[in-house]
Amino acid sequence: MIRTLPNSKSYLSGYKLFTLLYFIFLFAPLVVIMILAFNDSMFPSLPWKGFTLGWFFGEGPEKIGIFYDKMNLRAITTSFKVAISVSILSTIVGTMAAFLFEQEDFKFKGALYFLMIAPLVIPGVILGISILLFSTTVGLFFENTFGIDIKILRPGFWLIVFGQFSFITTIVTMVISARLRKFDRALEWAASDLGANRFAVIWFITLQYLKPSIIGGAAIAFLMSFENFNTTTFLISSQPTLPIILYQQVRDGSTPVINAISFILIVSASIVAVANIYFRKKEEKLAQ
Amino acid sequence: MQIALSVKNISKKFGNFTAVDNVSFDVEDGKFFSILGPSGCGKTTLLRMIAGFLQPDTGSVEISGKNMLGVEPNKRPVNLVFQNLALFPMMNVYDNIAFGLRRRGERGKSVEQKVNSMLKRVGLPDFGLKKINQISGGQKQRIAIARCLVLEPSALLLDEPLGALDAKLREHMKVELKKLQAEVGTTFVYITHDQSEAMVMSDYVAVMNAGHFEQLDTPQNLYSNPSSAFVAQFVGKNNKFIAKQGKDEDGNFFAETEDGHSFKLSKPVDLKKDDDFIELYIRPEAMIINPKVTKENFNILDVTVKALLFDGGNSRLLVEPENSKQELIISLPQNRQFDYIKAKDRIKIGWDPEAAVCFKKTEGKIYEEL
Amino acid sequence: MKNSKISKIRWSFIIFFIPVFLWLFLLIVLPHFELLRMSFQGRSGFTLDNYRAFFSEPIYWLTFVRTASYSILVTFIVLIIALPIAFFITKVVNLRIQGVLLVFLLVPFWVSELIRVYGWMILLRESGVLNHFLVGIGLFKQPTEMLYNDITMIMGLVYTSMLFMIIPLIGVMESLDDSLIEAAYDLGAKKIAIWREIIIPYSMPGIVSGSIIVFMLVLGSYLTPKLMGGKNSLWFTEQIYNQIITYFNWNQGAAFGFLLLVLSSFIIWVALKLTKQDFREVIK
Repeated sequence: MIRTLPNSKSYLSGYKLFTLLYFIFLFAPLVVIMILAFNDSMFPSLPWKGFTLGWFFGEGPEKIGIFYDKMNLRAITTSFKVAISVSILSTIVGTMAAFLFEQEDFKFKGALYFLMIAPLVIPGVILGISILLFSTTVGLFFENTFGIDIKILRPGFWLIVFGQFSFITTIVTMVISARLRKFDRALEWAASDLGANRFAVIWFITLQYLKPSIIGGAAIAFLMSFENFNTTTFLISSQPTLPIILYQQVRDGSTPVINAISFILIVSASIVAVANIYFRKKEEKLAQ
Repeated sequence: MQIALSVKNISKKFGNFTAVDNVSFDVEDGKFFSILGPSGCGKTTLLRMIAGFLQPDTGSVEISGKNMLGVEPNKRPVNLVFQNLALFPMMNVYDNIAFGLRRRGERGKSVEQKVNSMLKRVGLPDFGLKKINQISGGQKQRIAIARCLVLEPSALLLDEPLGALDAKLREHMKVELKKLQAEVGTTFVYITHDQSEAMVMSDYVAVMNAGHFEQLDTPQNLYSNPSSAFVAQFVGKNNKFIAKQGKDEDGNFFAETEDGHSFKLSKPVDLKKDDDFIELYIRPEAMIINPKVTKENFNILDVTVKALLFDGGNSRLLVEPENSKQELIISLPQNRQFDYIKAKDRIKIGWDPEAAVCFKKTEGKIYEEL
Repeated sequence: MKNSKISKIRWSFIIFFIPVFLWLFLLIVLPHFELLRMSFQGRSGFTLDNYRAFFSEPIYWLTFVRTASYSILVTFIVLIIALPIAFFITKVVNLRIQGVLLVFLLVPFWVSELIRVYGWMILLRESGVLNHFLVGIGLFKQPTEMLYNDITMIMGLVYTSMLFMIIPLIGVMESLDDSLIEAAYDLGAKKIAIWREIIIPYSMPGIVSGSIIVFMLVLGSYLTPKLMGGKNSLWFTEQIYNQIITYFNWNQGAAFGFLLLVLSSFIIWVALKLTKQDFREVIK
């Protein structure tokens, strides 16, 4: 049944087979994408026509590799800018929210907490359209009443950032809160007993303790922002993010250059994931 | 008497480490049997083999005369009370106790009757609907035992179930468990590292060390006639001297310590080589303070009182013999007779050589007390 | 003395409160009120037409029902696959390879949904890798389109949402004390009874929170049904997208959005009631 009990051979091998099949299911699509990124063919499909790095470094005219593909490169740049802005904003506000919900007491805390976790269960599509509708209404109001055109209320860079920020902050808050909950507040009391004021206590004691979760939260925020499609798709204007133009290429068919992009994304996401797990494990070991 | 549990030449290795080394014993029906040993001595492995969670490498386990080889834990007529009790938190008390009965396919009135009478028996009637997290540590203890007893096992195995309780409750539960066992008459096999638990409750105690039994005896015999240096040190408090054994002109044995003290021996050690060292053990309460009437062969020692360790009925003196760095512990009866003793006083202590036990000195440390 | 202390604490409260409040009020509360308001707007002010359209056009409410029922189905499939996997990794597998398996389990989910769906597309489509192999070994005479049907779409949704079930399950199973299972076994229980009486009841908080998140993700998913589903596998989010982006009918889109929100909240509420779980406990 479990590892400390005697188990029959058939139980264990049946279980292993099931798990193996599951892992094949899990990895098959990723492996296929990565292999086909190196196929010397104009289509992302078999047969195998030989190895090429053309979908990474090709300068055209036949094969335009990702490093020379202006449209995709521009989208990657936009995505980077959005993701950095979102992760900075949501980490700051998420940290504050963690403090607010874990350490402060106030009226309607329960209601506000409920609001804070609501974005977890609101479909991203709905977040996208409601923010689009709201910003348009407010924008129109300012334009009609005061005759001023507020750019950040129009679809575009900042609206994408706000839209992603609205739900990513919830996730960052939960990551940081989880660690803050384990924090021994006696340390804070000791620090204030030694003469530190509230902000010195937070800066020198609590934030230091929270550092791993803040970094982890920022990494998750970056990745979620970089990959977001559902909310972003309603908020773009002339400068789409990478998932948006990748989607169009996937839908309409494209050369294996999207495999090359995917290859880079898979590898970098794996590195971030492994680093994240590694640091958390190390942290846990230190804690013991 | 019928044999409830019979273990024959059982061994278990984990890699190169021998956890249980050729252990054999029988437990008579209705007895309270304890296995006492320091952590890592193999007692948990032994218990898990009896329960069926581990397969022995060699040897056999018989329960009520039936060989249990290859029988899974859920089919064995023994039940285990876990160290952390393992009460199911998602069920109430009643469902916990009914769990095993229902697994046997029992339903309806008979389950209800058995569970309720078992609750009454452990002194917790009307507790059936309580949640596990609503009851106290001592009550959990009783529920965990009731959950097993309701299945009427041939033997109940207990894996240090008092370990998690605080000291006061532990003292109380020792007596409770003993009474409960006497009342239900089920065979208990109890493992613990706490010698007081084993001594208070058991009919027989096996002292286990490094995978084997050092001694299997009644608690009284373990205390007064330890058969090895390990048992002498592990069971109860003891004072230890390292000495050389000798024989005087009259043929009487004596022991000479490194500090030059000489004690008469009534039970000498059978040594292969004459120059081997021996270990001499004397219980704190066997040492008498300022003995008034001395038997002729009493050993007398001049000592300095270093400290009075007051602990009610368990009070002791910490003393140092003349010309020696060794510390001895002596029982200090609280009958006001010795109220005059103060730190730094010089007093005499004496003991009957019959009260001391000796063994050949073993190399290295055999057991380190925490 | 006492007063000055209180005023100090209030300062930190205000500094934490304002940004959090602005975030939730400006980006969550007001936009959803606007969504609600817009859904009742027509060309000439207040109207119920947008909702009436939903109920009178079968294509709308049929899509709605289909989306909801498929989401529930996907959640069940995910749960049934995730339970044994989570149990295997936390309780059965050798501790030495447990860490490695966990890493392998988590890594694919850091890769975006779009890329994972794309992987399935190049595997399954008519000119895809699987067809190439199956024709190559002679199992198929001709390449067959395996994409663009309901079964493939459901598989894709199961695939993309799996992790959000496995993580809470692993979390809750890790805290399940081995001795509970040993005790049940010792008291005579067989495997099925242990699953039914011990593991599943104990894992209930994880099961419920995993199911809620998976259900929400599937219900609100857009890419997977769009790219893997067929012409007839329209998802309700696609209806919303069409109204807002294609037809530029924001009021209709708002009404659909609001209906989706009400539906999802309602189903979660029913699930919580049925399993007797508390939302706040579950979400932790």
